[in-house]
Amino acid sequence: MKILHCPLNGPRNIAEFTYGGEYHPQPSPDECDDRSWAEHVFFHDNPAGRVIEWWCHTASSYWFLAERDTGSDRVLRTFAVPKNAEFGVDE
Amino acid sequence: MPFALLKYGLGSDKPAKSHFSKSKPLKNHYDVVIIGAGGHGAAIAYYLARHHGITNVAILDKGYLGGGNTARNTAVIRSNYLSEESVNFYRESVKLFGGLSNELGYNIMMEDRGQLTLAQSDAAIRSFRWRAEINQRLGVRSEVIDRKEIRKLVPNLRMSEDARFPILAGLWHADGATARHDAVVWGYARGACNRGVELHQLTEVQSVEVADGAVQSVMTNRGRVGCGCVVQAVAGMSSVVANLAGFKLPIHTYPLQAMVTQPYKPVLTPLVSSPQLHVYVQQTSRGEFVLGGGADPYALYNTRATLEQKETMAAAIIELFPFLSQARVLRQWAGIVDMTPDYSPVMGVSPVKNYYLDAGWGTWGFKATPICGKSMAELVATGRVPQLIKSFELERFYRFEQVNEAGATAASH
Repeated sequence: MKILHCPLNGPRNIAEFTYGGEYHPQPSPDECDDRSWAEHVFFHDNPAGRVIEWWCHTASSYWFLAERDTGSDRVLRTFAVPKNAEFGVDE
Repeated sequence: MPFALLKYGLGSDKPAKSHFSKSKPLKNHYDVVIIGAGGHGAAIAYYLARHHGITNVAILDKGYLGGGNTARNTAVIRSNYLSEESVNFYRESVKLFGGLSNELGYNIMMEDRGQLTLAQSDAAIRSFRWRAEINQRLGVRSEVIDRKEIRKLVPNLRMSEDARFPILAGLWHADGATARHDAVVWGYARGACNRGVELHQLTEVQSVEVADGAVQSVMTNRGRVGCGCVVQAVAGMSSVVANLAGFKLPIHTYPLQAMVTQPYKPVLTPLVSSPQLHVYVQQTSRGEFVLGGGADPYALYNTRATLEQKETMAAAIIELFPFLSQARVLRQWAGIVDMTPDYSPVMGVSPVKNYYLDAGWGTWGFKATPICGKSMAELVATGRVPQLIKSFELERFYRFEQVNEAGATAASH
């Protein structure tokens, strides 16, 4: 069993969580052309290494962020979504 | 011929012939550099040499020939897809597979077993009728069959009506088949090497040099190689290699786990899959049961095993074939697969000039090997995108014209 540390519920079995894909900021829908929107929707970095991604604790519907190494499957940290718009995430 | 065979059989001199050219130094320049020596890379090289007379070609691989997903897939060949584009494409692939042993002079151990997909809900029956209609119209043998016919095809299948998901009907695809996956890549590579193509194993592409929007050369651990064009055929590492060339792909990378049991006497002829239970199975000609399922629940570039996936797969297969509850698992493994948003591959040109893409092969790469090789070779040789693969180009995502195949994977993901 692999344990994920939920910022709200503490350490839980990873089977209780839903993976939400890598975090990438959404461009403004009003200023964005179709091409950049398609890029935002479909094209991702998908790196073999450190990535910040969305996870949800399914039972409590709580979304948060995790930093994980997609080469080793090691979760480096998990944290609540910061209140400021920038998410305080520097990659 | 029979006398020659008899003489050979009774004789003591049986020289083992080397399949491939001995390792050579890399040349400074090739007309075509193919990254990835899997089934696809070898097939592209073969058809470039065979159909287009292009032989100044190098296949580079950081590992060894056929050591990636070509070795790890579960060797299913079928064409009962849902979209017209896919059915047309895979139908040609099944046809080429049928003649491949003769074409290559190499036994790929093709077996026409037929493939049966089980309907365990009303929704599944509806989608099977839809698929059968489309398949038949496009010349692919698919039909919806009832429980009686399923029992005849697979007598060991548990048909109890008290099951959690009783089997209601099936989609029978008589064109379904299997073949020795290693033999496919060995046969193609041998055919390519015999015509002058160079195979360079343990040669990792570390960077791709692009100038004026066109690819110029690749840097490997054995030095720089100039090239007229590049084809990347590195299923599982597509995003990483495309990143070297400077662009992103609509791909997420997931492990796909499989396992194989101890051998039994032959009891199962068709390939059987259950989208409801996320499992598919076939008995190999050696007697082993090969089990595959859905991809892992989250993205990863790692072939580690998880108990959860193995447990789910085992529980599902025991529901279909209870006698397998006593079976011992001999081996387990995982492949790293490219999942695209529409469950269709990405083939054709890329944002970099003279840099061609053969990617996004999810769980459907092996069965496409011959036709993908043939079509990509035509694209590289003529510069024109063959009609058969036009819908699978990368640009489709910018036009929001995805080729939706989500309903047609053997085990849903």
